[in-house]
Amino acid sequence: MIVKQLSVFLENKLGRLTELTKVLAEHDINISAFSIADGTDYGIIRCIVGRPELAYTVLKEHKFSVTITDVACLIIPHKPGGLYHALQIISNNNISIDYMYAFAAEHDAVVVIRTESTQELIQILQDNKLELLRSGDIYQI
Amino acid sequence: MFWNKEIECSSRNELHNLQSKRLHDMLLRMYNNVPFYRNKFTELGIHPNDITNVSQLSSLPFTYKQDLRDNYPFGLFAVPQHQVVRLHASSGTTGKPTVVAYTQKDLETWTEVMARSLTMAGISNSDIMQVAYGYGLFTGGLGVHYGAEKVGASVIPISGGNTKKQLQLMEDFGSTVIACTPSYAAFLSESILAEKLLDKIKLKIGVFGAEPWTEEMRSFIQNSIGIKAYNIYGLSEIIGPGVSMECECQNGSHIFEDHFIPEIINPDTGEVLPEGELGELVFTTITKEALPLLRYRTRDLTTLHYDTCACGRTMVRMGRIIGRSDDMLIIRGVNVFPSQVESVLIELAETTPHYTIIVNRENNLDTLEIQVEVVEQYWTDEMKVLDGLKKKIQHAIANLLGINASIKLVEPNSMQRFEGKAQRVIDNRKL
Ligand SMILES: [Zn+2]
Repeated sequence: MIVKQLSVFLENKLGRLTELTKVLAEHDINISAFSIADGTDYGIIRCIVGRPELAYTVLKEHKFSVTITDVACLIIPHKPGGLYHALQIISNNNISIDYMYAFAAEHDAVVVIRTESTQELIQILQDNKLELLRSGDIYQI
Repeated sequence: MFWNKEIECSSRNELHNLQSKRLHDMLLRMYNNVPFYRNKFTELGIHPNDITNVSQLSSLPFTYKQDLRDNYPFGLFAVPQHQVVRLHASSGTTGKPTVVAYTQKDLETWTEVMARSLTMAGISNSDIMQVAYGYGLFTGGLGVHYGAEKVGASVIPISGGNTKKQLQLMEDFGSTVIACTPSYAAFLSESILAEKLLDKIKLKIGVFGAEPWTEEMRSFIQNSIGIKAYNIYGLSEIIGPGVSMECECQNGSHIFEDHFIPEIINPDTGEVLPEGELGELVFTTITKEALPLLRYRTRDLTTLHYDTCACGRTMVRMGRIIGRSDDMLIIRGVNVFPSQVESVLIELAETTPHYTIIVNRENNLDTLEIQVEVVEQYWTDEMKVLDGLKKKIQHAIANLLGINASIKLVEPNSMQRFEGKAQRVIDNRKL
């Protein structure tokens, strides 16, 4: 249930983001989810892509500072209260979220969540009958 | 190991007598052959025959780099052109270069002091030595080259740059010694690790110089590739590399005082300072034939120590160059040397020794920005950790310098690597 996310450290320099996406495009790597954490002089790009190991290797070859981070991808129904229900379970179990971002799929929404222990988070979500995306599924979105 | 034990360990008294005699000879040669010095001596009412003891040196006038420029190209030479067998020139960033000349005997002197230097670092005819200083007008490459041949090492005159080739020959030829600038040595160390060559090379000694560096930089290089890194000092006006060299004690560099007399002065007043005090290093080249210089102002700031070294040498030791009096940045009234910033960055495991210092003036206030690379394995995908690192660097700089710097983290391996002397300061202030 663990999903591999790519994190890339980027200086805020014109064209760096374009370069990053170009490298992925040239290697036929699809981006399923994407977020930018924005600092004053650098940003962190977090994305979930098809074939993360390949993406990691080609980005390294192109001198990007990239790491692979474990995250969980939670499916929530596309309706009011869906996110609230999930977050309540997480906070009741004393798990703090480092960061999260979301994207909408066809009928549902998907929330990417990073916590200290991804394994623990997945266990709790499963115990509470919440639906998780498997890595095989998400890389194909 | 000693190349010339008799002179390197001679008594201070013997040395004093030798210096006195050689100083007098040099002054006579200057008086007879260099109009610039003859006029100066006449103006000050000095005659070489009045100067018979080295203790009188402090009464004599200084020579400045500007004097070399004013007499460009050959005006300060003390021998006719047909006795000059070599010319070197330093690249002047502004205006004319500085030209230096050597007679056959000067080249022999240079080879001798370089042979002493390399032997001091334990280099002998059983070594294979890669000379990665620039060859050409710069004195680094050829100076080290002749000394290395003299001690019988197998010399690879590869010159600076072309890192791929450096690594290839290092591996294929089994080089045991490398000579280059410390900033290039840091870059080569990183490359050796990145290419996973550590098990395949035989490097054991580094001879690094031509720019000031810190103790932290030494540890960085020594620890990353497991060699012993020695500081060599010199400047082309005095002779080139080989003016002084560190022994195995790595506790200051021995100056070859039978050829070069050092003094430490207060750069503002010109007054000679007591032993151990920090000031500007000044040299008198008592044996040089082609271009003898009297009390030449190096602009390098350091200290001198006359106690006998544990290695047995009696020759005075100079401390590290902590900066150049013209490298010193004055930021909001505080004296800042790039080497201080470097020592902070090397002490932090999270940053590399590659950095740029940018000074600006905004609304009449100096601002200091330091761009620094984060070590690859230390960067995380959490903004708060990176921001915490910025604060940590800022705090360490403020502790040392008493100035708030703005820190900019840049991507690993994105900063320029220098194959010669590093350029790490950009001062945008128009004063
Ligand atoms: Zn010593």
